[in-house]
Amino acid sequence: MSRPPGRKQENHKISRELFVLTYGALVAQLCKDYEKDEDVNSCLDRMGYGIGVRLIDDFLARSAVKKCRSYSETANMIAQVAFKMYLGVTPSVSCSSAAGNEFSLILDKNPLVDFVEELPAERASLCYCNLLCGVIRGALEMVHLAAEVTFLQDRLKGDAVTEIGITFLRKAEDRKHKRN
Amino acid sequence: MADEALFLLLHNEMVAGLYRAAEQGEGENGRCTTKLESMGFRVGQGLIERFTKDTARFKDELDIMKFICKDFWTTVFKKQIDNLRTNHQGIYVLQDNKFRLLTQMSAGKQYLEHAPKYLAFTCGLIRGGLSNLGIKSIVTAEVSSMPACKYVVV
Repeated sequence: MSRPPGRKQENHKISRELFVLTYGALVAQLCKDYEKDEDVNSCLDRMGYGIGVRLIDDFLARSAVKKCRSYSETANMIAQVAFKMYLGVTPSVSCSSAAGNEFSLILDKNPLVDFVEELPAERASLCYCNLLCGVIRGALEMVHLAAEVTFLQDRLKGDAVTEIGITFLRKAEDRKHKRN
Repeated sequence: MADEALFLLLHNEMVAGLYRAAEQGEGENGRCTTKLESMGFRVGQGLIERFTKDTARFKDELDIMKFICKDFWTTVFKKQIDNLRTNHQGIYVLQDNKFRLLTQMSAGKQYLEHAPKYLAFTCGLIRGGLSNLGIKSIVTAEVSSMPACKYVVV
């Protein structure tokens, strides 16, 4: 059976759609199980954390990147390498604090919401992509970087773009110690 | 591609999360399997639609089963079904000797009792795909030795 040349790309697209559809079914099921949005959000975050602690191994094995020397390098790594590898999009990174430990990733295209038009009215405070926050948090923790990750803006809630905020919690002095 | 790892991890977390919730709640294992299967059903329906947009019409049931075994399975699990058996009266057995979702768990008899949880989603996936192709079916899975498993479609 000879295959047309575009097949491989199509297959790649389908496997990503499998992930997106599965995620959608998962959120729908969680919404049925839990009444409060906060419960769903925290459940998604916890699942994301579990995925993140394992995903980091896969990421490091595939990308073979060297150790990041600064928070901004780490944030850039997440945006340009990890997001590109797993979701096929490259968010833009901006540093939003003078101390250099708060960054935001701005996604103008979020593949996870490809099949979602809008949140239902009774679920107004649902963070649909909260899994991503958990994943980033879990992955960073496994490389010994404590961080808080939240959604600052969400396109599903009416904002213009989707923005994820990463706040690194370690103090700057600890990093200096490591270099010595 | 890197997507497989993502889906694998998400699937495992889903199973773990649902069972954890059940333990804290009523403790009904059967319901979790049903939930997983119905999630797989929805995903299977959607996926098969996207997948068969441009393919030719299927001649008969056997053709559809072969499509599931070859193209569908390859796209989702990166390999084909190893063995398809039928009794030509509506029962098909799909055998996968190295099922991707189980390879990471064990390679023999260890954790055999936990395997069915991880197969429920895929059963739903097959059932959803078949339902959107016009075939009503019941799909069950059996594992005798990891990571090989059989799906029985009725």
